[in-house]
Amino acid sequence: MTHEAHIRLVGDDLDERSLELRRLVVRGLDGGKRGHLGSAFSLIEALRVLYDDVMRYDPANPVWADRDRCILSKGHGCLALYAILADKGFFPVEELDRFCRFDGILGGHPERAKIPGVEASTGALGHGLSIGLGQALAMRLQGRDSRVFVLMGDGEINEGSVWEAAMCAGKHKLSNLVAMVDYNKLQSYDRTAVVQDLEPLADKWRAFGFAVREVDGHSVDELRHVLSRLPLEADKPTAIISHTVKGRGIADAEGNPSWHHKSKISDDEVAAMYAELE
Amino acid sequence: MRKTSLDQVYELARQDPRVVFIGSDLGAGTLDQFRDEMPERFFMEGVTEQNIIGMAAGLAMEGYIPYVNTIATFITRRCFEQVAVDLCLHNLPVRLIGNGGGLVYAPLGPTHLAVEDISIMRALPNMTVVAPVDKEEMARFIPQTLDMPGPVYIRLAKGGDPIVSRGELGFEVGKAIAMREAGDILFVSTGVMTNRALEAAEALAGSNGPACGVLHMHTVKPLDEDATLAYADKVRGIVTLEEHTLVGGLGSAVNDLLVDRLGRAAPPVLRLGIPDRFPDKYGTQDELLGYYGLQPDAIAHSVREFAALKAA
Repeated sequence: MTHEAHIRLVGDDLDERSLELRRLVVRGLDGGKRGHLGSAFSLIEALRVLYDDVMRYDPANPVWADRDRCILSKGHGCLALYAILADKGFFPVEELDRFCRFDGILGGHPERAKIPGVEASTGALGHGLSIGLGQALAMRLQGRDSRVFVLMGDGEINEGSVWEAAMCAGKHKLSNLVAMVDYNKLQSYDRTAVVQDLEPLADKWRAFGFAVREVDGHSVDELRHVLSRLPLEADKPTAIISHTVKGRGIADAEGNPSWHHKSKISDDEVAAMYAELE
Repeated sequence: MRKTSLDQVYELARQDPRVVFIGSDLGAGTLDQFRDEMPERFFMEGVTEQNIIGMAAGLAMEGYIPYVNTIATFITRRCFEQVAVDLCLHNLPVRLIGNGGGLVYAPLGPTHLAVEDISIMRALPNMTVVAPVDKEEMARFIPQTLDMPGPVYIRLAKGGDPIVSRGELGFEVGKAIAMREAGDILFVSTGVMTNRALEAAEALAGSNGPACGVLHMHTVKPLDEDATLAYADKVRGIVTLEEHTLVGGLGSAVNDLLVDRLGRAAPPVLRLGIPDRFPDKYGTQDELLGYYGLQPDAIAHSVREFAALKAA
Protein backbone atom coordinates (compact mmCIF):
# COMPACT_ATOMS: atom_id res chain seq x y z
CA MET A 1 0.00 0.00 0.00
CA THR A 2 1.46 3.36 -0.90
CA HIS A 3 1.65 6.15 1.61
CA GLU A 4 -0.72 8.18 -0.56
CA ALA A 5 -3.38 5.55 -0.06
CA HIS A 6 -3.02 5.87 3.72
CA ILE A 7 -3.95 9.51 3.89
CA ARG A 8 -7.68 8.99 4.01
CA LEU A 9 -7.49 5.56 5.61
CA VAL A 10 -7.78 6.93 9.10
CA GLY A 11 -10.22 4.56 10.64
CA ASP A 12 -13.52 5.37 12.19
CA ASP A 13 -14.59 8.54 13.86
CA LEU A 14 -12.58 9.51 16.89
CA ASP A 15 -13.91 8.13 20.17
CA GLU A 16 -14.53 10.14 23.31
CA ARG A 17 -11.06 9.48 24.75
CA SER A 18 -9.39 10.78 21.61
CA LEU A 19 -11.70 13.81 21.55
CA GLU A 20 -11.05 14.49 25.23
CA LEU A 21 -7.29 14.58 24.70
CA ARG A 22 -7.71 16.83 21.69
CA ARG A 23 -9.78 19.20 23.79
CA LEU A 24 -6.88 19.37 26.24
CA VAL A 25 -4.61 20.30 23.34
CA VAL A 26 -7.02 23.09 22.43
CA ARG A 27 -6.97 24.22 26.04
CA GLY A 28 -3.19 24.61 25.79
CA LEU A 29 -3.53 26.28 22.43
CA ASP A 30 -5.98 28.73 23.94
CA GLY A 31 -3.65 29.30 26.90
CA GLY A 32 -0.74 30.29 24.70
CA LYS A 33 -2.83 31.63 21.82
CA ARG A 34 -0.47 29.67 19.64
CA GLY A 35 0.90 26.24 18.99
CA HIS A 36 1.67 23.45 16.55
CA LEU A 37 -1.87 22.13 16.40
CA GLY A 38 -1.49 20.01 13.28
CA SER A 39 1.66 18.36 14.60
CA ALA A 40 0.00 17.61 17.94
CA PHE A 41 -3.25 16.21 16.56
CA SER A 42 -1.51 13.63 14.40
CA LEU A 43 0.23 12.26 17.51
CA ILE A 44 -2.71 11.86 19.87
CA GLU A 45 -3.52 8.20 19.33
CA ALA A 46 0.10 7.08 19.50
CA LEU A 47 0.59 8.84 22.83
CA ARG A 48 -2.80 7.74 24.10
CA VAL A 49 -2.08 4.08 23.48
CA LEU A 50 1.44 4.33 24.90
CA TYR A 51 0.26 5.94 28.13
CA ASP A 52 -3.10 4.17 28.46
CA ASP A 53 -2.12 0.67 27.45
CA VAL A 54 1.59 0.09 26.96
CA MET A 55 4.02 2.00 29.13
CA ARG A 56 4.94 1.45 32.76
CA TYR A 57 5.27 4.68 34.74
CA ASP A 58 4.26 6.42 37.94
CA PRO A 59 3.04 10.03 37.75
CA ALA A 60 3.77 10.41 41.47
CA ASN A 61 7.38 9.40 40.85
CA PRO A 62 8.28 10.54 37.34
CA VAL A 63 11.91 9.48 37.74
CA TRP A 64 11.14 5.94 38.90
CA ALA A 65 14.15 3.98 37.64
CA ASP A 66 12.14 1.07 36.26
CA ARG A 67 9.76 3.19 34.18
CA ASP A 68 9.49 2.99 30.43
CA ARG A 69 10.82 6.16 28.81
CA CYS A 70 9.05 8.15 26.12
CA ILE A 71 10.95 10.90 24.31
CA LEU A 72 8.99 13.27 22.12
CA SER A 73 11.77 13.96 19.66
CA LYS A 74 9.47 16.07 17.49
CA GLY A 75 9.26 18.54 20.32
CA HIS A 76 6.97 20.90 18.44
CA GLY A 77 4.18 18.35 18.91
CA CYS A 78 4.43 18.99 22.65
CA LEU A 79 0.80 19.99 23.17
CA ALA A 80 -0.13 16.35 22.60
CA LEU A 81 2.42 15.23 25.19
CA TYR A 82 1.30 17.90 27.65
CA ALA A 83 -2.31 16.78 27.18
CA ILE A 84 -1.60 13.17 28.07
CA LEU A 85 0.80 14.05 30.92
CA ALA A 86 -1.78 16.42 32.41
CA ASP A 87 -4.48 13.83 31.95
CA LYS A 88 -2.36 11.28 33.81
CA GLY A 89 -1.63 13.67 36.66
CA PHE A 90 2.05 14.42 36.11
CA PHE A 91 1.08 18.06 36.64
CA PRO A 92 -2.21 19.93 37.11
CA VAL A 93 -4.36 20.37 34.04
CA GLU A 94 -4.45 24.09 34.80
CA GLU A 95 -0.84 24.34 33.62
CA LEU A 96 -2.19 24.11 30.09
CA ASP A 97 -3.74 27.54 30.55
CA ARG A 98 -0.21 28.95 30.93
CA PHE A 99 1.23 27.28 27.83
CA CYS A 100 4.09 29.38 26.42
CA ARG A 101 3.53 32.03 29.05
CA PHE A 102 6.27 33.78 30.98
CA ASP A 103 5.42 32.11 34.28
CA GLY A 104 4.40 28.71 32.93
CA ILE A 105 6.39 25.48 32.88
CA LEU A 106 5.01 24.33 29.53
CA GLY A 107 7.03 25.92 26.76
CA GLY A 108 6.59 25.69 23.03
CA HIS A 109 9.00 22.77 23.17
CA PRO A 110 9.28 20.36 26.11
CA GLU A 111 12.01 20.60 28.71
CA ARG A 112 13.34 17.89 30.97
CA ALA A 113 13.55 18.73 34.67
CA LYS A 114 11.10 21.59 34.23
CA ILE A 115 8.10 19.41 33.37
CA PRO A 116 7.41 16.20 35.30
CA GLY A 117 7.28 13.30 32.86
CA VAL A 118 9.32 14.91 30.11
CA GLU A 119 12.39 12.74 29.47
CA ALA A 120 14.39 15.02 27.18
CA SER A 121 14.47 18.65 26.13
CA THR A 122 13.69 18.60 22.45
CA GLY A 123 12.74 21.02 19.73
CA ALA A 124 15.99 21.00 17.81
CA LEU A 125 15.17 18.10 15.53
CA GLY A 126 17.02 14.85 15.19
CA HIS A 127 18.26 14.52 18.78
CA GLY A 128 15.79 12.14 20.39
CA LEU A 129 16.79 8.84 18.86
CA SER A 130 20.41 9.16 19.96
CA ILE A 131 19.39 10.12 23.48
CA GLY A 132 16.89 7.27 23.51
CA LEU A 133 19.42 4.71 22.38
CA GLY A 134 21.79 5.91 25.10
CA GLN A 135 19.02 5.31 27.61
CA ALA A 136 18.27 1.92 26.07
CA LEU A 137 21.94 0.96 26.37
CA ALA A 138 21.84 2.10 29.99
CA MET A 139 18.78 -0.07 30.66
CA ARG A 140 20.60 -3.03 29.19
CA LEU A 141 23.74 -2.33 31.24
CA GLN A 142 21.67 -2.03 34.39
CA GLY A 143 19.69 -5.18 33.65
CA ARG A 144 16.36 -3.34 33.63
CA ASP A 145 13.53 -4.38 31.37
CA SER A 146 12.45 -0.78 30.77
CA ARG A 147 11.81 0.20 27.19
CA VAL A 148 12.47 3.48 25.41
CA PHE A 149 10.00 4.94 22.93
CA VAL A 150 11.13 7.79 20.67
CA LEU A 151 8.49 9.68 18.70
CA MET A 152 9.79 11.44 15.62
CA GLY A 153 8.24 13.53 12.91
CA ASP A 154 8.51 12.84 9.21
CA GLY A 155 10.13 16.20 8.53
CA GLU A 156 12.43 15.55 11.47
CA ILE A 157 13.90 12.44 9.91
CA ASN A 158 15.35 14.57 7.14
CA GLU A 159 18.10 15.11 9.72
CA GLY A 160 21.24 13.05 9.14
CA SER A 161 21.68 12.58 12.87
CA VAL A 162 18.58 10.35 12.89
CA TRP A 163 20.26 7.96 10.51
CA GLU A 164 23.49 7.99 12.49
CA ALA A 165 21.39 6.94 15.45
CA ALA A 166 19.53 4.34 13.41
CA MET A 167 22.82 2.73 12.36
CA CYS A 168 23.95 2.69 15.95
CA ALA A 169 20.72 1.21 17.31
CA GLY A 170 20.81 -1.49 14.67
CA LYS A 171 24.42 -2.31 15.46
CA HIS A 172 23.65 -2.71 19.14
CA LYS A 173 20.50 -4.75 18.45
CA LEU A 174 18.57 -2.61 20.90
CA SER A 175 15.37 -4.57 21.16
CA ASN A 176 14.28 -2.32 24.03
CA LEU A 177 14.19 0.72 21.72
CA VAL A 178 11.14 1.68 19.69
CA ALA A 179 11.36 4.42 17.06
CA MET A 180 7.95 5.73 16.05
CA VAL A 181 7.60 7.96 13.00
CA ASP A 182 4.53 10.16 12.93
CA TYR A 183 4.15 10.00 9.18
CA ASN A 184 1.55 12.63 8.45
CA LYS A 185 3.11 13.38 5.07
CA LEU A 186 3.26 17.11 5.65
CA GLN A 187 6.22 19.07 6.83
CA SER A 188 6.23 22.80 7.40
CA TYR A 189 6.55 23.99 3.83
CA ASP A 190 4.69 21.35 1.87
CA ARG A 191 4.18 17.61 1.49
CA THR A 192 7.14 15.47 2.42
CA ALA A 193 6.96 13.99 -1.07
CA VAL A 194 7.69 17.45 -2.43
CA VAL A 195 10.19 18.80 0.10
CA GLN A 196 12.28 15.69 0.77
CA ASP A 197 10.68 12.41 -0.19
CA LEU A 198 11.21 9.74 2.45
CA GLU A 199 10.13 6.73 0.44
CA PRO A 200 10.75 3.87 0.57
CA LEU A 201 10.57 4.63 4.27
CA ALA A 202 9.94 1.17 5.70
CA ASP A 203 12.75 -0.24 3.60
CA LYS A 204 15.09 2.43 4.93
CA TRP A 205 14.46 1.44 8.54
CA ARG A 206 14.73 -2.25 7.66
CA ALA A 207 18.06 -1.59 5.98
CA PHE A 208 19.32 0.04 9.17
CA GLY A 209 18.54 -3.10 11.17
CA PHE A 210 15.08 -2.41 12.52
CA ALA A 211 12.03 -4.63 12.65
CA VAL A 212 9.38 -2.50 10.98
CA ARG A 213 5.59 -2.29 11.11
CA GLU A 214 3.34 0.21 9.40
CA VAL A 215 0.12 1.11 11.16
CA ASP A 216 -2.82 3.43 10.82
CA GLY A 217 -1.67 5.87 13.45
CA HIS A 218 -5.19 6.93 14.35
CA SER A 219 -6.43 3.39 14.88
CA VAL A 220 -6.29 2.67 18.57
CA ASP A 221 -6.83 -1.02 17.93
CA GLU A 222 -3.97 -1.28 15.44
CA LEU A 223 -1.61 0.62 17.70
CA ARG A 224 -2.54 -1.56 20.68
CA HIS A 225 -2.05 -4.68 18.63
CA VAL A 226 1.44 -3.76 17.49
CA LEU A 227 2.64 -2.11 20.69
CA SER A 228 1.57 -5.06 22.81
CA ARG A 229 3.92 -7.35 20.84
CA LEU A 230 7.25 -5.66 21.43
CA PRO A 231 9.93 -6.35 20.54
CA LEU A 232 8.77 -7.35 17.11
CA GLU A 233 11.99 -9.30 16.65
CA ALA A 234 14.18 -10.49 19.49
CA ASP A 235 17.46 -8.90 18.45
CA LYS A 236 16.34 -5.78 16.67
CA PRO A 237 15.12 -2.34 17.56
CA THR A 238 11.59 -1.64 16.39
CA ALA A 239 10.46 1.04 13.97
CA ILE A 240 6.77 1.81 13.77
CA ILE A 241 5.72 3.93 10.86
CA SER A 242 2.51 5.49 11.96
CA HIS A 243 0.48 6.75 9.03
CA THR A 244 -1.42 9.75 10.26
CA VAL A 245 -3.20 12.88 9.16
CA LYS A 246 -1.80 16.18 10.26
CA GLY A 247 -4.43 18.11 12.17
CA ARG A 248 -6.63 15.00 12.54
CA GLY A 249 -9.89 15.98 14.18
CA ILE A 250 -10.35 19.50 12.85
CA ALA A 251 -11.66 19.50 9.30
CA ASP A 252 -9.99 22.73 8.24
CA ALA A 253 -6.65 21.67 9.69
CA GLU A 254 -6.51 18.14 8.29
CA GLY A 255 -3.79 17.90 5.71
CA ASN A 256 -3.42 21.65 5.62
CA PRO A 257 0.19 22.89 5.85
CA SER A 258 -0.90 26.29 7.12
CA TRP A 259 -1.94 24.57 10.37
CA HIS A 260 1.59 23.30 11.07
CA HIS A 261 1.90 26.20 13.47
CA LYS A 262 -0.68 28.83 14.32
CA SER A 263 -0.38 32.00 16.33
CA LYS A 264 -2.82 34.75 17.30
CA ILE A 265 -5.59 32.23 17.67
CA SER A 266 -8.88 33.98 18.32
CA ASP A 267 -11.59 33.09 20.84
CA ASP A 268 -13.93 32.33 17.97
CA GLU A 269 -11.49 29.86 16.47
CA VAL A 270 -11.07 28.17 19.84
CA ALA A 271 -14.83 27.94 20.29
CA ALA A 272 -15.20 26.44 16.83
CA MET A 273 -12.54 23.85 17.59
CA TYR A 274 -14.20 22.85 20.86
CA ALA A 275 -17.51 22.54 19.00
CA GLU A 276 -15.92 20.27 16.43
CA LEU A 277 -14.37 18.10 19.14
CA GLU A 278 -17.57 17.51 21.08
CA MET B 1 48.94 13.89 27.18
CA ARG B 2 46.35 11.96 25.20
CA LYS B 3 47.70 8.64 26.41
CA THR B 4 47.78 9.93 29.98
CA SER B 5 44.18 11.10 29.79
CA LEU B 6 42.92 7.83 28.33
CA ASP B 7 44.97 5.77 30.79
CA GLN B 8 43.33 7.77 33.55
CA VAL B 9 39.89 7.10 32.10
CA TYR B 10 40.70 3.40 32.10
CA GLU B 11 41.73 3.62 35.76
CA LEU B 12 38.57 5.51 36.64
CA ALA B 13 36.48 2.90 34.84
CA ARG B 14 38.14 0.12 36.80
CA GLN B 15 37.27 1.87 40.03
CA ASP B 16 33.83 3.19 39.20
CA PRO B 17 31.14 1.26 37.32
CA ARG B 18 29.49 4.51 36.22
CA VAL B 19 32.34 5.32 33.84
CA VAL B 20 31.84 4.49 30.17
CA PHE B 21 34.06 5.30 27.20
CA ILE B 22 32.76 6.37 23.80
CA GLY B 23 35.05 6.90 20.84
CA SER B 24 34.27 7.69 17.22
CA ASP B 25 36.75 5.92 14.94
CA LEU B 26 40.00 6.26 16.84
CA GLY B 27 43.38 4.80 16.07
CA ALA B 28 43.76 1.02 16.09
CA GLY B 29 44.62 -0.24 19.54
CA THR B 30 43.18 2.72 21.45
CA LEU B 31 42.26 1.56 24.94
CA ASP B 32 42.47 -2.11 24.03
CA GLN B 33 42.85 -2.99 27.67
CA PHE B 34 39.63 -1.14 28.52
CA ARG B 35 37.80 -2.91 25.71
CA ASP B 36 39.12 -6.31 26.76
CA GLU B 37 38.43 -5.95 30.45
CA MET B 38 35.18 -3.95 30.38
CA PRO B 39 33.70 -4.49 26.93
CA GLU B 40 30.18 -3.61 28.04
CA ARG B 41 31.32 -0.07 28.92
CA PHE B 42 33.51 0.48 25.86
CA PHE B 43 31.87 1.92 22.76
CA MET B 44 33.50 2.68 19.41
CA GLU B 45 30.66 4.05 17.32
CA GLY B 46 32.15 5.25 14.07
CA VAL B 47 32.25 8.67 12.51
CA THR B 48 28.94 9.78 13.96
CA GLU B 49 29.72 12.68 16.26
CA GLN B 50 26.13 13.91 16.52
CA ASN B 51 24.91 10.48 17.52
CA ILE B 52 27.74 9.91 19.94
CA ILE B 53 26.94 13.05 21.89
CA GLY B 54 23.23 12.23 22.10
CA MET B 55 24.03 8.69 23.12
CA ALA B 56 26.35 9.99 25.84
CA ALA B 57 23.54 12.24 27.04
CA GLY B 58 21.13 9.30 27.25
CA LEU B 59 23.65 7.25 29.22
CA ALA B 60 24.35 10.18 31.54
CA MET B 61 20.63 10.68 32.17
CA GLU B 62 20.62 7.15 33.54
CA GLY B 63 23.53 7.60 35.91
CA TYR B 64 26.58 6.90 33.77
CA ILE B 65 29.60 9.18 33.34
CA PRO B 66 30.59 9.02 29.67
CA TYR B 67 34.07 10.03 28.53
CA VAL B 68 33.85 10.84 24.85
CA ASN B 69 36.99 11.08 22.77
CA THR B 70 37.66 12.22 19.25
CA ILE B 71 39.48 14.96 17.37
CA ALA B 72 38.94 18.35 19.02
CA THR B 73 37.48 20.15 16.04
CA PHE B 74 34.97 17.38 15.35
CA ILE B 75 33.82 17.12 18.96
CA THR B 76 33.20 20.87 19.10
CA ARG B 77 32.13 22.02 15.65
CA ARG B 78 30.52 18.99 14.04
CA CYS B 79 28.09 18.28 16.87
CA PHE B 80 27.80 21.72 18.42
CA GLU B 81 24.02 21.61 18.68
CA GLN B 82 24.12 18.22 20.41
CA VAL B 83 26.71 19.56 22.84
CA ALA B 84 24.61 22.65 23.48
CA VAL B 85 21.21 20.97 23.83
CA ASP B 86 21.84 17.37 24.83
CA LEU B 87 24.71 18.05 27.22
CA CYS B 88 24.60 21.67 28.35
CA LEU B 89 20.85 22.32 28.49
CA HIS B 90 20.37 19.04 30.35
CA ASN B 91 23.53 19.79 32.37
CA LEU B 92 24.79 16.23 32.19
CA PRO B 93 28.14 14.86 33.41
CA VAL B 94 29.65 14.02 30.03
CA ARG B 95 33.37 14.62 29.46
CA LEU B 96 34.55 15.60 26.00
CA ILE B 97 38.19 14.83 25.37
CA GLY B 98 39.34 16.73 22.29
CA ASN B 99 42.51 15.47 20.62
CA GLY B 100 44.73 18.05 19.01
CA GLY B 101 43.50 21.33 20.41
CA GLY B 102 44.94 24.40 18.71
CA LEU B 103 47.48 23.94 15.94
CA VAL B 104 48.51 20.35 16.67
CA TYR B 105 47.25 19.08 13.32
CA ALA B 106 49.12 21.79 11.41
CA PRO B 107 50.18 19.52 8.54
CA LEU B 108 46.58 18.44 7.99
CA GLY B 109 45.28 21.93 7.33
CA PRO B 110 42.41 24.10 8.54
CA THR B 111 39.74 21.36 8.49
CA HIS B 112 41.60 19.66 11.34
CA LEU B 113 42.69 22.59 13.47
CA ALA B 114 40.77 23.48 16.59
CA VAL B 115 41.48 27.14 17.09
CA GLU B 116 38.01 28.30 18.14
CA ASP B 117 37.10 25.34 20.33
CA ILE B 118 37.55 27.26 23.57
CA SER B 119 35.41 30.20 22.51
CA ILE B 120 32.51 28.11 21.26
CA MET B 121 32.58 25.81 24.26
CA ARG B 122 32.79 28.64 26.76
CA ALA B 123 29.77 30.28 25.14
CA LEU B 124 27.62 27.43 26.44
CA PRO B 125 26.05 27.65 29.90
CA ASN B 126 27.04 24.84 32.30
CA MET B 127 30.15 23.91 30.31
CA THR B 128 33.56 23.73 31.99
CA VAL B 129 36.59 24.23 29.73
CA VAL B 130 40.02 22.94 30.76
CA ALA B 131 43.33 22.94 28.89
CA PRO B 132 46.15 21.35 30.94
CA VAL B 133 49.75 22.29 30.26
CA ASP B 134 51.36 18.86 30.33
CA LYS B 135 50.67 15.21 30.98
CA GLU B 136 51.43 15.39 34.68
CA GLU B 137 48.86 18.09 35.14
CA MET B 138 46.46 16.01 33.06
CA ALA B 139 47.01 13.14 35.46
CA ARG B 140 46.15 15.38 38.39
CA PHE B 141 43.08 16.72 36.62
CA ILE B 142 41.29 13.71 35.15
CA PRO B 143 40.46 12.00 38.48
CA GLN B 144 38.72 15.22 39.55
CA THR B 145 36.37 15.00 36.60
CA LEU B 146 34.64 11.97 38.05
CA ASP B 147 32.30 13.89 40.28
CA MET B 148 31.94 17.18 38.46
CA PRO B 149 28.20 17.70 37.99
CA GLY B 150 28.03 19.13 34.45
CA PRO B 151 29.69 18.73 31.07
CA VAL B 152 33.43 19.28 30.69
CA TYR B 153 35.50 20.00 27.59
CA ILE B 154 39.08 18.82 27.90
CA ARG B 155 41.53 20.23 25.37
CA LEU B 156 44.43 17.92 24.66
CA ALA B 157 47.78 19.10 23.37
CA LYS B 158 50.07 17.21 21.04
CA GLY B 159 51.84 15.07 23.58
CA GLY B 160 55.49 15.05 24.50
CA ASP B 161 55.12 18.61 25.72
CA PRO B 162 57.72 19.74 28.27
CA ILE B 163 56.77 19.11 31.87
CA VAL B 164 56.46 22.45 33.60
CA SER B 165 53.62 21.82 36.05
CA ARG B 166 54.63 21.16 39.62
CA GLY B 167 52.84 18.77 41.88
CA GLU B 168 53.38 20.89 44.96
CA LEU B 169 51.25 23.65 43.42
CA GLY B 170 48.31 21.27 43.29
CA PHE B 171 45.44 21.32 40.86
CA GLU B 172 41.87 22.37 41.35
CA VAL B 173 39.39 22.96 38.54
CA GLY B 174 38.62 26.68 38.34
CA LYS B 175 41.67 27.72 40.36
CA ALA B 176 44.48 29.28 38.37
CA ILE B 177 48.03 28.34 39.30
CA ALA B 178 50.68 30.99 39.83
CA MET B 179 53.64 29.36 38.10
CA ARG B 180 55.86 32.39 38.46
CA GLU B 181 55.21 35.28 40.76
CA ALA B 182 54.16 38.49 39.10
CA GLY B 183 56.43 41.47 38.59
CA ASP B 184 55.58 44.34 36.27
CA ILE B 185 53.76 42.17 33.80
CA LEU B 186 51.53 39.15 34.28
CA PHE B 187 51.13 36.46 31.68
CA VAL B 188 47.74 34.78 31.82
CA SER B 189 48.07 31.67 29.69
CA THR B 190 46.34 28.37 29.08
CA GLY B 191 47.24 24.95 27.77
CA VAL B 192 50.76 24.44 26.46
CA MET B 193 51.19 28.18 25.97
CA THR B 194 52.00 28.31 29.65
CA ASN B 195 55.34 26.67 28.93
CA ARG B 196 56.00 29.36 26.29
CA ALA B 197 55.02 32.03 28.79
CA LEU B 198 57.47 30.65 31.34
CA GLU B 199 60.23 30.55 28.77
CA ALA B 200 59.49 34.09 27.57
CA ALA B 201 59.41 35.35 31.16
CA GLU B 202 62.77 33.73 31.81
CA ALA B 203 64.25 35.22 28.66
CA LEU B 204 63.00 38.68 29.59
CA ALA B 205 64.38 38.35 33.08
CA GLY B 206 67.76 37.47 31.63
CA SER B 207 67.87 40.40 29.25
CA ASN B 208 66.81 43.39 31.33
CA GLY B 209 63.23 43.02 30.19
CA PRO B 210 60.19 43.59 32.35
CA ALA B 211 59.75 41.20 35.27
CA CYS B 212 56.94 38.84 34.31
CA GLY B 213 54.79 36.48 36.32
CA VAL B 214 52.82 33.58 34.89
CA LEU B 215 49.30 32.71 35.94
CA HIS B 216 48.36 29.37 34.42
CA MET B 217 44.66 29.49 33.64
CA HIS B 218 44.14 25.78 32.94
CA THR B 219 40.43 26.28 33.45
CA VAL B 220 39.19 28.90 31.01
CA LYS B 221 35.63 28.44 32.17
CA PRO B 222 34.84 29.11 34.91
CA LEU B 223 37.60 31.71 34.81
CA ASP B 224 39.41 32.21 38.10
CA GLU B 225 38.18 35.75 38.53
CA ASP B 226 39.53 36.20 42.03
CA ALA B 227 43.08 35.34 41.08
CA THR B 228 42.96 37.47 37.95
CA LEU B 229 41.59 40.48 39.78
CA ALA B 230 44.03 40.08 42.65
CA TYR B 231 46.96 40.23 40.24
CA ALA B 232 45.41 42.95 38.12
CA ASP B 233 45.81 45.21 41.10
CA LYS B 234 49.51 44.57 41.40
CA VAL B 235 50.87 44.64 37.86
CA ARG B 236 51.36 47.30 35.21
CA GLY B 237 50.07 45.17 32.39
CA ILE B 238 48.54 41.80 31.57
CA VAL B 239 49.48 39.66 28.58
CA THR B 240 47.11 36.87 27.66
CA LEU B 241 48.56 34.00 25.70
CA GLU B 242 46.62 31.27 23.92
CA GLU B 243 46.96 28.85 21.03
CA HIS B 244 43.53 29.96 19.89
CA THR B 245 41.75 32.61 17.89
CA LEU B 246 41.61 36.03 19.53
CA VAL B 247 37.84 35.93 19.05
CA GLY B 248 36.27 34.85 22.29
CA GLY B 249 39.01 32.83 23.94
CA LEU B 250 41.07 33.33 27.08
CA GLY B 251 42.09 36.87 26.13
CA SER B 252 38.50 37.86 25.61
CA ALA B 253 37.45 36.27 28.87
CA VAL B 254 40.15 38.14 30.79
CA ASN B 255 39.37 41.39 29.02
CA ASP B 256 35.66 41.06 29.72
CA LEU B 257 36.35 40.47 33.38
CA LEU B 258 38.71 43.43 33.71
CA VAL B 259 36.41 45.83 31.90
CA ASP B 260 33.33 44.65 33.73
CA ARG B 261 34.91 44.78 37.16
CA LEU B 262 37.56 47.47 36.96
CA GLY B 263 36.47 49.72 34.13
CA ARG B 264 39.02 52.47 33.53
CA ALA B 265 41.10 51.20 36.42
CA ALA B 266 41.88 48.00 34.52
CA PRO B 267 45.54 47.54 33.62
CA PRO B 268 46.49 47.59 29.92
CA VAL B 269 46.05 44.22 28.25
CA LEU B 270 47.95 42.68 25.35
CA ARG B 271 46.21 39.68 23.82
CA LEU B 272 48.45 37.24 21.98
CA GLY B 273 46.80 34.51 19.96
CA ILE B 274 45.75 33.57 16.46
CA PRO B 275 44.28 36.22 14.16
CA ASP B 276 40.72 35.98 12.85
CA ARG B 277 41.47 34.19 9.62
CA PHE B 278 41.87 30.58 8.56
CA PRO B 279 45.46 29.37 8.76
CA ASP B 280 47.06 29.44 5.32
CA LYS B 281 50.19 27.42 6.05
CA TYR B 282 50.95 23.79 6.89
CA GLY B 283 54.18 22.55 8.45
CA THR B 284 54.35 21.77 12.16
CA GLN B 285 52.57 23.10 15.23
CA ASP B 286 55.79 24.86 16.21
CA GLU B 287 56.12 26.42 12.78
CA LEU B 288 52.58 27.75 12.88
CA LEU B 289 53.06 29.06 16.40
CA GLY B 290 56.13 30.86 15.09
CA TYR B 291 54.15 32.19 12.13
CA TYR B 292 51.69 33.75 14.56
CA GLY B 293 54.34 35.16 16.85
CA LEU B 294 53.54 32.70 19.61
CA GLN B 295 56.98 31.23 20.27
CA PRO B 296 58.97 32.46 23.28
CA ASP B 297 61.29 34.84 21.40
CA ALA B 298 58.44 36.57 19.60
CA ILE B 299 56.35 36.65 22.74
CA ALA B 300 59.22 38.26 24.63
CA HIS B 301 59.61 40.82 21.87
CA SER B 302 55.88 41.67 21.95
CA VAL B 303 55.94 42.00 25.72
CA ARG B 304 58.96 44.27 25.63
CA GLU B 305 57.20 46.59 23.21
CA PHE B 306 53.97 46.42 25.17
CA ALA B 307 55.74 47.24 28.42
CA ALA B 308 57.48 50.18 26.82
CA LEU B 309 54.46 51.63 25.08
CA LYS B 310 51.40 50.79 27.13
CA ALA B 311 52.48 49.79 30.54
CA ALA B 312 55.26 52.28 31.16
